[in-house]
Amino acid sequence: MSSLLNDALLLSRIQFAANITFHILFPALSIGLAWMLLYFKIRSDRDGGAAWMDAYRFWVKVFALTFAIGVVTGVTMSFQFGTNWPGYMETVGNIAGPLLAYEVLTAFFLEATFLGVMLFGTGRVSKGVQTMATFLVALGTTLSAFWILALSSWMQTPAGFEMIDGRAHVTSWLAVLFTPSFPYRFTHMLMACGLTTAFLIAGISAWRWRRGDRGGDVRVALGSAVWVAALLIPLQIVVGDLHGLNTLEHQPAKVAAMEGLWETQRGVPAVLFALPDEATRSNRMEISIPKLASFYLKHSFDAEVQGLNDFPNSHPPVMQVFWAFRIMVGVGLLMLVVSWASLLRLRRYGELGPKTSRALVLMTFSGWVALVSGWYVTEIGRQPWLVQGVLRTADAVTKVPPERIGLTLAMYLILYAVLLVAFVSTLFYLAHKAGADVNGKRMNPVADPYRANEIHAREHKHV
Amino acid sequence: MSELAQSNGWLPLVFMAVMGLAVLIYVVLDGYDLGVGILMGLASDTEKDTMVASIGPFWDANETWLVLGIGVLLTAFPLAHGIVMGALYLPVAAMLLGLILRGVAFDFRFKGQAHHKPWWNRAFVGGSLLAALAQGYMLGLLVVGFDRTPINMLFAAFIALCLAAGYCLLGAGWLLMKAEGDLQRRAIVWGRRALWLTALGIVGVSVATPLMSRAIFDKWFSVPNIFLLAPIPAFTAILFLLAAFAFKRLPVRLEQRNESWAWVPFGSTVVIFVLAFHGLAYSLFPWIVPQRMDIWQAAAAPESLMFILIGVIIVLPAILGYTAFAYWVFRGKSRDLEYG
Repeated sequence: MSSLLNDALLLSRIQFAANITFHILFPALSIGLAWMLLYFKIRSDRDGGAAWMDAYRFWVKVFALTFAIGVVTGVTMSFQFGTNWPGYMETVGNIAGPLLAYEVLTAFFLEATFLGVMLFGTGRVSKGVQTMATFLVALGTTLSAFWILALSSWMQTPAGFEMIDGRAHVTSWLAVLFTPSFPYRFTHMLMACGLTTAFLIAGISAWRWRRGDRGGDVRVALGSAVWVAALLIPLQIVVGDLHGLNTLEHQPAKVAAMEGLWETQRGVPAVLFALPDEATRSNRMEISIPKLASFYLKHSFDAEVQGLNDFPNSHPPVMQVFWAFRIMVGVGLLMLVVSWASLLRLRRYGELGPKTSRALVLMTFSGWVALVSGWYVTEIGRQPWLVQGVLRTADAVTKVPPERIGLTLAMYLILYAVLLVAFVSTLFYLAHKAGADVNGKRMNPVADPYRANEIHAREHKHV
Repeated sequence: MSELAQSNGWLPLVFMAVMGLAVLIYVVLDGYDLGVGILMGLASDTEKDTMVASIGPFWDANETWLVLGIGVLLTAFPLAHGIVMGALYLPVAAMLLGLILRGVAFDFRFKGQAHHKPWWNRAFVGGSLLAALAQGYMLGLLVVGFDRTPINMLFAAFIALCLAAGYCLLGAGWLLMKAEGDLQRRAIVWGRRALWLTALGIVGVSVATPLMSRAIFDKWFSVPNIFLLAPIPAFTAILFLLAAFAFKRLPVRLEQRNESWAWVPFGSTVVIFVLAFHGLAYSLFPWIVPQRMDIWQAAAAPESLMFILIGVIIVLPAILGYTAFAYWVFRGKSRDLEYG
């Protein structure tokens, strides 16, 4: 414990990981929700009727909350580059700086300014202007993803620069922006945002539906979300696979860690379960399918794949990457099954069933799980590098005394735990209240929304 | 100092100006909404809702100016960013804690359960106060060159109080324009109290900065500078008196439903902030870390600065334009916030 508290590198990494993990949950939702809201708004403007507008009104509240948490945790991130990783800006500031500056200039102001008009503009601007504001907010969130993913991709597969006196200098901005991994990473991330949002909307709508809150707004939101999920997840699996192949080409050590592959060999098995052990440099309790990994990585059952032992002292921690990858893939497969089962059920009966609705409720936050584990695969998979092949994480860390980092880390962890609980409970509280407002006293006035499910189930037994 | 005809000579100057502009706009804009947040601690429950409504459409964008300011420090002066942030580690963390608390409380207090609302209100007030104090403390440390002697830290703590008062003054001025009835009248009382502490803070910074180094002292008090610069403090003093006069006259005028002076306290406070900011900038220039690193030593490579500059030239006017649009849309007295 005392060694942990004295380790500025480890504490800085934990703190940054905690901040970025907590932060990413909210922009991912803002990006997806902004486009979904634009869709709801356009449908409402065009089709009329209360359902789309009610759906918009409900989800715009969630959006505002999500956006606010995203903004304030994002401000934190912008400071931590300097407070925790001064070596980062000192070495690659010429590249990271402009990309971050463009994010602020083109994205942050756009979304933050038009958010006001989008949220509170009714009665002050025309419908068309308000829809336009919604579009600009959505555009802003997506532009923000563009810049930050360009930077993240550059850190993974740096290009378009030369090192002069230990500092990176740009030779081609196009090459910096569109590095080899950027198209895959950007597409993969945007789809992840879409899926995270779709499962959140579907989950909350299914929860309302199960509680007997089955108005038009719940139905249109549910239907749209299930469609989006069902359409995106197969595409996401394909894009994810392409992303993996791209990683194999540029960062073979990361793929070796994802696969739990120690020795370079032909006919590599696909490991389903294992406990990778860096001490013995082997897998314990391995369950695998022979030759399959060679096939899906190189499209030949006998192809050779590089193992971790080819990268002495410069491969990522294996256990974390290996398991994060399996969690992401596992959740992705569950998403495929649940979204298509729900869609087919909706298409055939026009209603969810008890099983599909329950599955959707359970999957409400599945997008977060997949998203965070996917990020862990790619970011922990880059270690020990901060910028692949250019700057090691250990060389960029702050010289701030460890106890200060520890103190602020504890502060952030407590704050984030409170905020996460507050966010999730407020989400369900809003859903509960929306139903109560619409249905008046017909609904069971339950003080604690979490008990509503049981009460609802009990009611059904009586029926 | 590098040759100004060359890009590595003038580009850092341009970015110094951009950073200064961002910080100044931030201080004024987030200043009034942090101020309204602090004053909420003194308001009744219905007043609280009106106060939040008066800043609701703006606070997100206001805070973005901070991100731009820190973004320019990060991107244009990467070598200074680490030093400054390292020196301000704990106050920065405190400020971020405050900003997070108030940012989320803003939404949670509306959307959460009713019996949690008082707690979110406290988080909103406490967060606003903490952020303002932390910023003032950082300003104090900057003025004394990040030199942490006990007397300097005491001075920074005093500046922290004064900046919080300055924000309250801005907030009260904002409420004077946006609110009606009782709240408007209470804003006058709050503003009058904040006015004097703000003035004290500006005097404090003005006295301490020249004492920091011989160079700064000479910049202000050598001939002919002292005469050329005299209008800055003189004009600041006049504006304080104007604000004080407005606060004195406003209760009567508002009684007669005459709103024509309601903008005066806010307007004069903004100009006071602008003047004080320029005075400080004049003192500190060209240092980015006082007496240790100037803007040319800290600057990023010219090709990187040029790439950002193109974006700044194209995008900054657009940002200013649509910011003005948003303020125009939500002009006049604030109404209850309703999504729709």
